[in-house]
Amino acid sequence: MAPAFVAPGRRLDKAVEALMVWILRLGGWASVLVTFGIIVTLVTESAPFFARVPVVRLVKDTMWTPLFSEPQYGIGALLAGTMVTTLVALSVAVPLGTILAIYLSEFAPARFRELVKPMLELLSAVPTVVYGYFALLALTPLLQMLYPDLPQFSMLSAGLIMGIMIVPYVTSLGEDSMRSVPMLLREGAYALGDGKLGVAVRVVFPGAFSGLAAAYVLAISRAVGETMIVAIAAGLQPRMTINPLESAATVTAFIVQVSLGDLPHGSIGYQSIFVAGAMLFLLTLGFNLAGHVLRKKFHRAS
Amino acid sequence: MLPEKIIHDLERRARRRRAIDRWFGRLGMVLTLITLGILAVLLLNLAMSGLARIDWHFLTSFPSRRAAEAGILSAWVGTLLLMVVTASVAIPFGIAAGIYLEEYAPKNKWTDFIEINIANLAGVPSILYGLMALGLFVYSFRFGQSILSGGLALACLVLPIVIVATRESLRSIPATIREAAFALGATRWQAVWHHLLPYSTGGIATGVILAMSRAIGESAPLITIGALTFIAFLPPPAFLANPPFVSFEWLFSPYSALPIQMFNWVSRPGEEFHANAAAAGLVLMVITLSMNGVAILIRRRAQRNIHW
Amino acid sequence: MNAPSSPPVAGSTRVSIRNLKFYYGTHQVLQGVSLDIPAFQVTALIGPSGCGKTTLLRCLNRMHDLYPGNRYEGVIRLQPGDTDILGPGVDPIQVRMRCGMVFQKPNPFPKSIYENVAYGLRLQGMNRRRDLDERVEKALREAALWEEVKSRLHQLAHNLSGGQQQRLCIARAIATNPDVVLFDEPTSALDPIATSKIEELIVELKKRVTVIIVTHNLQQAGRISDMTAFMYLGELIEFGETNRVFTNPAKPQTEDYISGRFG
Repeated sequence: MAPAFVAPGRRLDKAVEALMVWILRLGGWASVLVTFGIIVTLVTESAPFFARVPVVRLVKDTMWTPLFSEPQYGIGALLAGTMVTTLVALSVAVPLGTILAIYLSEFAPARFRELVKPMLELLSAVPTVVYGYFALLALTPLLQMLYPDLPQFSMLSAGLIMGIMIVPYVTSLGEDSMRSVPMLLREGAYALGDGKLGVAVRVVFPGAFSGLAAAYVLAISRAVGETMIVAIAAGLQPRMTINPLESAATVTAFIVQVSLGDLPHGSIGYQSIFVAGAMLFLLTLGFNLAGHVLRKKFHRAS
Repeated sequence: MLPEKIIHDLERRARRRRAIDRWFGRLGMVLTLITLGILAVLLLNLAMSGLARIDWHFLTSFPSRRAAEAGILSAWVGTLLLMVVTASVAIPFGIAAGIYLEEYAPKNKWTDFIEINIANLAGVPSILYGLMALGLFVYSFRFGQSILSGGLALACLVLPIVIVATRESLRSIPATIREAAFALGATRWQAVWHHLLPYSTGGIATGVILAMSRAIGESAPLITIGALTFIAFLPPPAFLANPPFVSFEWLFSPYSALPIQMFNWVSRPGEEFHANAAAAGLVLMVITLSMNGVAILIRRRAQRNIHW
Repeated sequence: MNAPSSPPVAGSTRVSIRNLKFYYGTHQVLQGVSLDIPAFQVTALIGPSGCGKTTLLRCLNRMHDLYPGNRYEGVIRLQPGDTDILGPGVDPIQVRMRCGMVFQKPNPFPKSIYENVAYGLRLQGMNRRRDLDERVEKALREAALWEEVKSRLHQLAHNLSGGQQQRLCIARAIATNPDVVLFDEPTSALDPIATSKIEELIVELKKRVTVIIVTHNLQQAGRISDMTAFMYLGELIEFGETNRVFTNPAKPQTEDYISGRFG
C-alpha cells in the first residue's frame, strides 16, 4: 500500500492501544480472579475438615459444636438460624418493598418519587453494625415491652431490622421494572375502566414479574449472607429451632463467633468456618444466579 | 341507552374503584413515610445515646478499659488507611474492568462468563470475602492480620460496585459519539480516553463514592481476618523526615477500624460502653450518609448537565 | 454533468469499487457492487430502506470494522495512492483519516466548539496552538459557521441549534483536509431551513473534496448531486449522471422508485 500520508505518531498510538487492551483486560480478569480466590480458598481450607469428619455427620448430627471436646457437626443447626432470620426479614421486606414499589411507580407524584427514592436507598447504605446496635439496644427492649419473655438475643429482632435493611433492594429494583412496563399496556386496562390499583395488580405487576422476582431473589441472597445484624442481635449459640422468639446462631454469625477467638491456622475450628463459608457460598450462588437470569429475562422482555 | 339499573351499578363500581385507589395511595404514602421515619429514629436514637460522648478527647484517644476515657483514634486512622488501600486497588481495577467489558470485550462465552461472574460477586456475602482474605492474603501470601490484608479484602468486596457503575455510565453515552471519534481516526483507547471517560466521570464518581461508603461501613470481613479492637498505637507513618521519605511499613501494621470498634463496644455489657458504641455509630453514620448524599448530588448534576 | 466550477481533475475517479460484497455475520448485505466515484463531485446513493446504501457508505471508511462479525470482500481503491482500503495490512484508522464522515443526527462532542473542530487535527498530531487556530477558523469558514460562532468558540457545542451543530460536524469532518467526505442522511433530523443551508454547503464543498451522500430524499439528491447511484436489495441497479438517471432511467426499478411507486 502506498498511503498518501502517514499521520505522525500513528505508531505510538498503536502501541498505546495494544498496551491499554492488555491493561483493561487485566481489570476484567481481576473480577474472575476474585471469584476464583473465593472458591479455591473455601475448597482447600475446608477439604481437611472432610478428611477428618464424614460428610454424613453434617446431616445426621443435630447440634453444631465443632469446638467442643465431643464435637457435633450438624450444620442444620446453623441453617435453621439462617432460615428463620431470613424468613422474618422477608416477611417485612417483601410486602413492604412491593407496596412501596407499586406506590412509587403507579401512585406517587413524580417529584415526590424523585425525592423519596434516593432517601429510601440510604436505608441500605447504613452500616450493618449500626443496624445491629439498633436491633439489640432499641428494638429488642421495645419488643420486650410487648412480649416480656423475649430473650435479649432473638432472631425476631434481628430479622425485623434485616427486613428494613432489605426494603430498598426490593423497592428500587421492583419500581424500575414496573415503570418500564409500557404505558400502552396500562392504557389498555384504563380504557376498559379499571382503577389504578386494579391496573397495577392486574397489568403492571404481571408485566414486571420477572423483574420483581429478581428483586425478591436478590433480597433473599442479602438476608442469607447478612452477618453483623444477626451476630449482634440474634445470638451466637447454634440451636436447632425454628422459633423466631429464641436466640440462635446463623451460618454467618457462627463464622464471626469463631473468628473472634484466636484460632490457630489448621485447627478443626478454623476449618469449620470454611465449611460454613462454603455452605453459604453455595446457597447465595444459587440465588444470585437465579436473580441474574430473571433480570436478564426482564431486560430482554422490555 | 342502558337500563337505569345497569348504569347505577356501573357508577357504584367506579366509585368503589376510586375509593380503593384513594385508600391505597394513602397507605403507600404512610408506609413510605414510616420507612423513612425508621432512618430518622435510628439517627435520633444514636444521637441521644452517643452525642454527649463525642468530643475532642473521644476523637483523639485510644480505646480503654474505662469507657469514659476510651476514644476512636486508632479506629478512624485504621479506617482511613484501609480506604487508601481499598481505593487504590478497587478504583483502577474496577474502572479498567468496566471499560474492558463495555468497550472492548468481544461477544463470546468468556465475556458472558465474566458478566455472570460479576453479577454473582455483587451478591456474595461480605463475610466470604473475609474468609478468602484469611486463607489467601493472611496465610498464603503471608500479609498477616494487616492493613494490607484488610484493604485488599474490602477492595475485592467493592470491585463489582465500581465495575457496574463504570459500565452503566459508559452505556449511557450514545453510540454516535463513539462513531464520531472513530470516524475522525481515533483508536479505541483514544475514543475512551478523550471522550468516553470524560463524559462519564459523573457516573463513575458516584459509583466510586458509593463503593467507598460501603467499604467504610463493612465489618464482617475485617472480623474474620482479625482486625483488633484494642489497638493503643498508630501504624508507622508513611512519610519520613529522612530519605527515602516514604515508607510502606504501615501496610503491614495491625489495625482497628470504626465499625470494628463499634462492634466491640456493642458486644460489651454496660450502658457506658453502649454510649461509646452509639457515638462511634454516629460518626460512621455521618460519614456514610454524607458520602451517599454527595453521590446523589453528583448523579443529579451529571444528569442535568449532559443531555444527548 | 460536469459542473464548470469543478477544478481540472474533476471527473477522474477518486474511489473505485469493484465487486464489493459485505456480510453482517452470515447475512449478505451487498451483492457485489462495482462503482467509480468521480473526484470533486457529489455522488448520491439512493434507494429504498434496507437496500444497502448506508452499508456501502460505511464500507468506504471501514466503520464496519468497529463491530464484530462483519466481513468485506472485493476491492475499493482510493486515489491518490491507488490504495485498496480493504486490502490486508491497511490500517482502517488511516482510511478514516482520509475519509471524513457526517452522520444522520448531529453528534458534536460535549466539548467546546473549538475542541470539536480541532479534535481530528490533534489526532493527526497537530498540537501547536497557532496552527490549530488557523485550521479551525478555516474549517468553520468553509462550513459557513464562522460568523455565527467566532465570538463563542470556547462555549459548549451543545448550545448550538441543530442545524448549526450539523454544520459544526461538517467543519469537524473537513478540518483535516480529507480526500472524501461521506454524508449519511445528514439532514434527516433537521428542519427545511437548516436543510437548505446544509445542501448549499455540500454543493460548495465539492470544490475541495469528493462528496458521497446517502439520502432518502429524492429531491435532495436531484438538487445537489452530480452523479446518482440507485441501489436495490444490496445491488447497484443504475449509476449515472443525476439528470439522466432522474429524467431518463435505464432500468424499470429505478423508474418505479423515482416515480414513487415503491420505497
